[in-house]
Amino acid sequence: MDFQVVVLAGGNSKNLTPLVSKELPKPLLPVANCPVLNYVLHQLEQSNLKDLIVVVEGEDAALLVGAWISGTFIDRLHVEIAAVPEDIGTAGALRAISHHLTAKDILVVSGDLVSDVPPGALAATHRRHDAAVTTMLCSIPVSGPLESGSSGGKDKAKKLGRYNIIGLDPSKQFLLHIATEIEKDARISKRILHAVGQMEMRSDLMDAHMYAFKRSVLQEVLDIKDTFQSLKEDVLPYLVRSQLKSEALLNRTPQGEENSNEKVSSQNNQAFISRILANASTPSFHGLYSENPDGSSSTRKTHKCCVYIASSSSYCVRLNSIQAFMDINRDVTGDADHLLSPNNIIGPSPKLGTKTTVGPNCRLGEGSEMGDKCQVKRSIIGRHCRIGSHVKAVNSVVMNHVTIGDGCIIQGSVICSNVQLQERVVLKDCQVGAGFVVTAGSEYKAESLAKKEK
Amino acid sequence: MDARRMSRAVPRVRQVGFFTPNTPVQQPRPQSAAPSSESPPLSDSPASNSLSPVMIPPPRHLSDNLGGRTAAVPVPGRENSGELPTVGSYNPSESVLWLDSPPRSRIGDEELSEGAESSLGWYRRSNSAKFASSLPSGGFNLSTVKHPESVAAVEAKNPLPGKSEAQKEQASSSKPLKAKTTKAERRALQESQRAAKAASKAEANKSGTAGEAPSSKPMKQPPLKKDGPPVASSIAASERIGVDRSVEKERKKDLPPPRKQFDDESRGGRAKRRSVLNQPEARNRVELFRHLPPHKNGTQLPYLQSKFFELQEKHPAVYKVGLQYLAGDLSGGNARCIAMLQAFQEAIRDYSTPPEKTLSRDLTSKIGGFVSFLIECRPLSMSMGNAIRFLKSRIARLPLTLSESEAKTTLCSDIDRFINEKIVLADKVILRHAATKIRDGDVLLTYGSSCVVEMILLYAHELGKQFRVVVVDSHPMLEGQKLLRRLVVKGLSCIYTQLNAISYVMHEVTRVFLGASSIFSNGTVYSMVGTASVAMVAHAFRVPVLVCCEAYKFHERVQLDSICFNELGDPDAISKVPGRVDVNFLDNLTDKQKENLELLNLKYDATPSDYISVIVTDYGMIPPTSVPVIVREYRKEYLLI
Repeated sequence: MDFQVVVLAGGNSKNLTPLVSKELPKPLLPVANCPVLNYVLHQLEQSNLKDLIVVVEGEDAALLVGAWISGTFIDRLHVEIAAVPEDIGTAGALRAISHHLTAKDILVVSGDLVSDVPPGALAATHRRHDAAVTTMLCSIPVSGPLESGSSGGKDKAKKLGRYNIIGLDPSKQFLLHIATEIEKDARISKRILHAVGQMEMRSDLMDAHMYAFKRSVLQEVLDIKDTFQSLKEDVLPYLVRSQLKSEALLNRTPQGEENSNEKVSSQNNQAFISRILANASTPSFHGLYSENPDGSSSTRKTHKCCVYIASSSSYCVRLNSIQAFMDINRDVTGDADHLLSPNNIIGPSPKLGTKTTVGPNCRLGEGSEMGDKCQVKRSIIGRHCRIGSHVKAVNSVVMNHVTIGDGCIIQGSVICSNVQLQERVVLKDCQVGAGFVVTAGSEYKAESLAKKEK
Repeated sequence: MDARRMSRAVPRVRQVGFFTPNTPVQQPRPQSAAPSSESPPLSDSPASNSLSPVMIPPPRHLSDNLGGRTAAVPVPGRENSGELPTVGSYNPSESVLWLDSPPRSRIGDEELSEGAESSLGWYRRSNSAKFASSLPSGGFNLSTVKHPESVAAVEAKNPLPGKSEAQKEQASSSKPLKAKTTKAERRALQESQRAAKAASKAEANKSGTAGEAPSSKPMKQPPLKKDGPPVASSIAASERIGVDRSVEKERKKDLPPPRKQFDDESRGGRAKRRSVLNQPEARNRVELFRHLPPHKNGTQLPYLQSKFFELQEKHPAVYKVGLQYLAGDLSGGNARCIAMLQAFQEAIRDYSTPPEKTLSRDLTSKIGGFVSFLIECRPLSMSMGNAIRFLKSRIARLPLTLSESEAKTTLCSDIDRFINEKIVLADKVILRHAATKIRDGDVLLTYGSSCVVEMILLYAHELGKQFRVVVVDSHPMLEGQKLLRRLVVKGLSCIYTQLNAISYVMHEVTRVFLGASSIFSNGTVYSMVGTASVAMVAHAFRVPVLVCCEAYKFHERVQLDSICFNELGDPDAISKVPGRVDVNFLDNLTDKQKENLELLNLKYDATPSDYISVIVTDYGMIPPTSVPVIVREYRKEYLLI
């Protein structure tokens, strides 16, 4: 279908410390015992997209991700791993691999997207409108833990920042305005407002970070605006802002086409045909705007920025904060369990001690052992964990190779790999970084524990 | 609009609305008495059977009834005598087109004479024979058209028998696995086959080239014909074995396939399994129109979109066009046809023959796949059907010696030529013709948005003629507003009104210009729904009605009503008024109440030729009775382009 897929897997994310580390880059962060990147790749594979470019920040992370992909999707996917330096942003990453892009349209997917929206829908919308950029919007997920949700005030402020202010045209097909942060005042182009006549402002939609770009447009923008760092915050707003006054960058392609038609008569016929086609199709405001007052199509160049709004029944969340991580873990085992790919089957069932209860919506990795009289509710426990007796785990995520001593109580926490919890530790809403050792009898609440960097 | 069901010869007895079974209509049919005795007139049979209050035969017996109906209408047979002399009178208009392509005119003339001759003979025969049963499949015109072609094909085969034999030998020797016989035996077998083939070829040739060729004529007709002479069928059989099968296959391909009847359970199941889109349930659809494919927008669009990457075998360009049809982004006969052809062009450019397959066969099947995909998105218009037929015949006609890239460039340039000659140039010719009919002070009325009519109006305006335009529009498409915008922007003075006010505005109108989706052999104009009403009102007010239509949209089918073949639009489009929140009387019905409601949004209707003064086409301005002449005389030229 002449689409190239770029998966921006990222590398180390500051939002997710201490969960991610050098040994465990963000793409490999396990969600329900399965790296988060797996969800995207699985989704793409199901859509019959087998040639992918996965962009990873940092050489080390790229090696790790590459090893994992080649181990998991041996024959099924044809993946190119591209390592880019850290902190160059999403736009920078695309700029770095720009010379690899050859297809007519580029589908850019964030590697941390956990969603069941078919990427084909976005691509089809993009093609249908012949748009310069199409972005997928989804409704903002229900956030926060189910019970005892006392996320800190700091977290709440962060959540507010995630809201997007999105302006749509009445037919909900075109993107007229997008701002990522709530600012005091929003600047909206008068020209666009004048052309459309009516704009619908939404704050209940979220940019899902899945875009389809026209390759020529994307490359031109990246070339010319070399200060652009982020797709979401720079490139997309720029394209949306300039949709009615596309600058030189977008004019080049049509000129080239015109030059190729040498004969005047054939050019005449082309104009004739294109007029028939244009008159027959439903005009968008772009067409109406680019029309001169006397009706002839003018030199004003426009490009279309379309949206695909995922239906509210579909699941679509980005893993970009610890809260989101908890939510996704909860949903993937609960409501949205169809997302779990078949290669996530639980191995030989873990050994459970006597009188140990495992509630619904739980997931236990292979080779884990649990002592007597444990309680596990709505939690995920990774592989090869050793859990002592009288342990209570609620709403928590325990990764691989964790040792938990007797009598620990874990609530709403994330415990990374190789952590050792000694006896009678009480954790509430904590994140424990990899390899940390929590001493016996300590109690923590809403803290983030991690080993100090050497 | 029952009047369209009456034959032209019948005096105006108009039956509108419902009939009671005990008052059967005995319409005087002075000229077609004989056929009507064999097959009772349409209006009688259902009424007397009291199948339904409206006079529609059940669709399952469609072919029978159609046959009966067409037998009752004396169109082709009766007009024969009146029409054939007019062939000559078209020469001036022919020259209009042939100016563009001078080298072909000679060939065209030759074939024209041949075609005229053969069809003449055929018509003479058909007056006595009972031919009507072949009509619904579009057979009668095809056979006249196909005949000279097949002769040509046979003739073309003859000069190089040696080569084909050599090829065959090669082929047979290259398959050692199959052949268990000895070489000598194979040789003998081949020789005998070759002899049989040559004999049958000669026979076919003789019967084909002989001017009158009465015995070979009937076999060109579809096998539906029952009382053909047995001799002919035996010859046909022998020919079928002997003569190259491709000719026959091609003929089969050219026949429009029988339309799927969507209320037919047995067929529906298979089609459902094969189709890309899942067919929506036929719920709340008007009984009379259940045989039509249901409208697919709305529920199907997201589904198709989500399958985007799974349907790899559909070329992206084709896919895009299909989506645009489905979403309604693209409408209008010409535009849809051009978009489709351009998509095919792109698909052909990207095509590469898979190993062990030949380009012509594989590409034909590929195009067939594209076409069925497009049909699923929206039923094809007649013009598109004609264009597809053209393309397929071009593919079949490709010389085998051509390399793949050459073949592809040939096909692409063919498509370009089709677009340029059949649409662009045709439109330009139509402009010139129609502009002569616009005088200063005229008030022109048009309905909906037809691209040709728009161009005519703009062209006349550019010529400096002083006239006013009345744009009549109707819900739910409101296409007229688009047209209106473009006209007003160019400085034409316009009046805009809705279809229900047509009788008020018709007083001051001096000409009516209408576009058409297709024109059938009996002069019936198939166009956007509402056109028939406009034409009828205009006729009643004695305002001339000019239908502007490119000749490639002409179709050999004979259609008397707009029920057998039509297209259903989105039923929700008529139940909701866009932008009017206060008009929502149908919104809050309960499900049970909704069961009583059937929504009908028809897209097309058929205007009987009585209401049409003249058809402006690229071959000149013709009366509606001359449509079959154009179809007959120019179809082969256009397949040969």
